[in-house]
Amino acid sequence: MARKISMKMAINEAIDQEMTRDPTVIMMGEDIVGGAGGQGEQDAWGGVLGVTKGLYAKHPDQLLDTPLSESAYIGTAIGAAASGMRPIAELMFIDFMGVCFDQIFNQAAKFRYMFGGKAETPVVIRAMVGAGFRAAAQHSQMLTPIFTHIPGLKVVCPSTPYDTKGLLIQSIRDNDPVIFCEHKNLYGFEGDVPEKSYTVPLGEANVTREGKDVTLVAYGLMAHRALEAAGLLAKDGIEAEVIDLRTLSPLDLDTVLESVEKTGRLVCVDEANPRCNIATDVSARVAMEAFGALKAQIEMVAPPHVPVPFSPALEDLYIPSGAQIADAARRTFARGKT
Amino acid sequence: MADNPFPLSKDELLDAYRRMRTIREFEERLHIDFARGDIPGFVHLYAGEEAAAVGIMKHLWDGDHIASTHRGHGHCIAKGVDVVAMMKEIYGKKGGACEGKGGSMHIADLSKGMMGANGILGAGAPLVCGAALAAKYRAKQKGGPSDVAISFVGDGASNQGTFLESLNLAAVWNLPAIFVVENNGYAESTSRDYGTAVDSYVDRAAGFGLPGVTVDGTDFFAVHEAAGEIIRRAREGGGPSLLECKMVRFHGHFEGDAQTYRAKGELEDIRANRDCLRAFVAAVTGANVVSDAELQAIDRDVLGLIERAVTEAKAAPLPDPADLTTDVYVRY
Ligand SMILES: Cc1ncc(C[n+]2csc(CCOP(=O)(O)OP(=O)(O)O)c2C)c(N)n1
Ligand SMILES: [Mg+2]
Repeated sequence: MARKISMKMAINEAIDQEMTRDPTVIMMGEDIVGGAGGQGEQDAWGGVLGVTKGLYAKHPDQLLDTPLSESAYIGTAIGAAASGMRPIAELMFIDFMGVCFDQIFNQAAKFRYMFGGKAETPVVIRAMVGAGFRAAAQHSQMLTPIFTHIPGLKVVCPSTPYDTKGLLIQSIRDNDPVIFCEHKNLYGFEGDVPEKSYTVPLGEANVTREGKDVTLVAYGLMAHRALEAAGLLAKDGIEAEVIDLRTLSPLDLDTVLESVEKTGRLVCVDEANPRCNIATDVSARVAMEAFGALKAQIEMVAPPHVPVPFSPALEDLYIPSGAQIADAARRTFARGKT
Repeated sequence: MADNPFPLSKDELLDAYRRMRTIREFEERLHIDFARGDIPGFVHLYAGEEAAAVGIMKHLWDGDHIASTHRGHGHCIAKGVDVVAMMKEIYGKKGGACEGKGGSMHIADLSKGMMGANGILGAGAPLVCGAALAAKYRAKQKGGPSDVAISFVGDGASNQGTFLESLNLAAVWNLPAIFVVENNGYAESTSRDYGTAVDSYVDRAAGFGLPGVTVDGTDFFAVHEAAGEIIRRAREGGGPSLLECKMVRFHGHFEGDAQTYRAKGELEDIRANRDCLRAFVAAVTGANVVSDAELQAIDRDVLGLIERAVTEAKAAPLPDPADLTTDVYVRY
């Protein structure tokens, strides 16, 4: 019988199972246990939104609360990874990369290449991404493109509890540094998740809806909005194919190309700001590799080139909607060369 | 009324009380309205810590700069930011201190030298070095005492590299910068002692070549005196200092925090025994410098102001859709 759990619980379960399987899997972060050094409840928080709640009771030696020093503890996780451990470091909000980026992009990302292929850095850096939480400009960004730009880093951003568990387990087992991006507005989203351990490979996109008329490419929260758009388009008799990238680096371009060969139309959706984002990257690659298959201009749906606003009235406008994606798909019919 | 034994005039005492009371009522009102679901986002309350913000800010003028933290409402109010504009901001409304674009964690008013609450721990310290450097240039040009710049940082955030690097930079450049560590014993749910190896921030300051002072941050007069000395020295070119205020927070880390990490009875205890406002009232009325009636008149004023702020915030228009794309650049 299928069991439904939230994305939050899928993360918890993946870490739990990997910690049980492999004692070198450790995790560190701010308040991932909570209550440390105090006189009240131990394991008081389980992370700022309770994602790791309960893990400390099961794996007391494998979870470490840290001082509020991201440079030091993200770097510590990376150094431990280079020295035989398999650490997971929680960066809480991806926006905090600003204070520890050197350890990620000049250290972890570079070791393998720079040391002539002789180093392995099996670290996972988990962080919350995305807008919609009324958390304003410094706690809401979708910074996936910044990490995807860096060779040596793998970047994952799942949209379902099933993928989250499988991809996180795979990321922990992967021998390269992985930036694991969790959309905070999907934490409560529930779906079927097997209890047993399983993996979803990195670098494989998922076709979440088949269609012959137009291809919608998205990831994270936008994978849901793209499905919503496909539903709207179906009412107009347009059959959209929806691709959830799941992994941004490595990028499964083949699945996108195959789809575009069939549909001839492409809409790339991204919650990241529009300059140099995942959508522009996919668009450019498709234009280069499948120009002949395109029946229309490629469309992109992304937020405007602005920081994330606080006011709910503005934030709701900032985040691309299903209707905007459907409109973009329609434009490929209206303006395109049929 | 008796002779005034305090280093502040009666008017100044009443002003300090008004600012502290305003912070308290502002925060207690937010606590209620947040629980009711009226307020979006993350809200970190300053209640319990008022004496630190006001004890320090009483020495400042508009040309002085401060950089605040995620727990910034108290610093804003103490520095003179308009309470109605703050409330509108927290409600995400047009006419808010940041036109609804910033929210609780980013309230700023540069006209008052308030460089912003901040969502990034430790981020204010380098900015304050910058403001202090600018103040130093200004002082050189115009002569006279320098403006100062003050960075507030929590006990937890005092372990950020940005903060520690700033201590050194301020010391080597002899900047009129002041670093206030607001030690409320917790960083989120984690106790201060778990995350910080040294007991004393004075020791830490010494390691960076800065004079440091620790005071009871719930004692307005202790904060006021220590801050006065430090600020005077900075104004006269004597360089940076660190001030640790030991204090208590009356609410959770943020609104919605169940606070199970606290000891049993802890909240009741600190509210009963370490309430900085109550201590202030006891001191000034006990010395017969200020009467209960005078304080009660201020209480009524403050409650009226907060009520008006909430009413105006609720009635204020939402930002226009077009506001989404304005103010990214001066020119683009
Ligand atoms: C660089 C960075 N890391 C982590 C956080 C998340 N965070 C926000 S407040 C906080 C605790 C801060 O504790 P402290 O500095 O003692 O200030 P207090 O909340 O007690 O006033 C944490 C971990 C952040 N905002 N920025
Ligand atoms: Mg603290």
